[in-house]
Amino acid sequence: MKIELTVINKSGLHAKPASLIVETASRFKNTKINIIKNSSTINAKSILGILSLEANQGTSLVFEANGREENEALQALKNLFDLHFGELPGGKP
Amino acid sequence: MEIAVKELLDYHSLEHPLKLKLVSGIRGIEKKITTNSINRPGLNLFGFYDNFVPERVQIFGRGEAAFLVKLVKEQNLENIKKFFTFDIPCCIFSHDFELPKDVKDISEAAGIPVLNTGMSTAMLIHNIEQFFAFEAAPRTTIHGVMIEVFGIGILLTGESGVGKSECALELIERGHRLISDDVVDIRLLPNNMLMGYGSKLIKHHMEIRGVGIINIAHLFGVGVVRESKQINMIIHLENWDENKQYDRLGLEDEYEEILGEKITRLVIPVQPGRNIPIIIETASMNYRLKTMGYHPAKEFNNMITSLIERGEEIY
Repeated sequence: MKIELTVINKSGLHAKPASLIVETASRFKNTKINIIKNSSTINAKSILGILSLEANQGTSLVFEANGREENEALQALKNLFDLHFGELPGGKP
Repeated sequence: MEIAVKELLDYHSLEHPLKLKLVSGIRGIEKKITTNSINRPGLNLFGFYDNFVPERVQIFGRGEAAFLVKLVKEQNLENIKKFFTFDIPCCIFSHDFELPKDVKDISEAAGIPVLNTGMSTAMLIHNIEQFFAFEAAPRTTIHGVMIEVFGIGILLTGESGVGKSECALELIERGHRLISDDVVDIRLLPNNMLMGYGSKLIKHHMEIRGVGIINIAHLFGVGVVRESKQINMIIHLENWDENKQYDRLGLEDEYEEILGEKITRLVIPVQPGRNIPIIIETASMNYRLKTMGYHPAKEFNNMITSLIERGEEIY
């Protein structure tokens, strides 16, 4: 299952949001979650992987989940993006 | 393959330098190079355009450059103008050639970048072909850790949380080298070699649970990091599965395919009390022994078989 999410917060996917994504993805042990940006596919449970995407504001990422809890996992990740990782969309928290 | 002329200008390499400078035609700097071969435009400057492939990078050596100078001197610019009407990605001159003003104007008007380098034509062609081969190489990204142990390139794979990074850290402590943690870029080079690279942004950083993000080159010194390394072996770490049979003999090699290339693969079960770094060191030395022509498991088995056949007492 796949969904596309767009980074809304101004500072992009820096260390803090990346760690929140990893934390969320790692809650679903039996589900494999990948993030796809252009030609690179990385594991959503890897913080360095997410940072290597260099995703800034406006970047859209495809989340692909496979496993028992794929729906729940993608929903949880979508919530995280919708709340701009707890930051204000315009700037710092 | 698609490389912007800009990327060619920005390219830095110790092994295959290009050292290009932009002379004119900045407007076309975003033009894309789509083919990995080059053209020497001697015939074309003479006005012969059969079998001409304009999409290629046009390389001007001393000969072509001298002919260009001759044409300019005679104010015979028609052929040069015609050459620049084609959709050429860029022209490159060797030997730091000074481009005549007339040609500069023509290229500016056409929006075709003209570059120049201090290198000889032969070196330029060799290096540019190396660069294209590298860029055109099939590539993929794998979630894993790439390390060099006793000169053997090892790709460590396994679920997140199985302890790949911790294991690599211990190996670095023991003097082995890190290429990349978490994200390994892999390219299949034309000589069928699989090369592992770190991503530009995160290279030599590691994430260790409980400690956070660390910089290996700063902590342990530049001696324990590498930019790239051929992948010789894959070691897959997995949590010990009671119901699974693990290889006890090592008589048969298991393989995994990356980009169509077969690589030896070992599966190592992880369990508290099992010292994985030492197992990896051993596996790596064993691999070296095998490539030197000595297969320990097979030799051992041959010895046992011959003893049994001869009916001698083994004990």
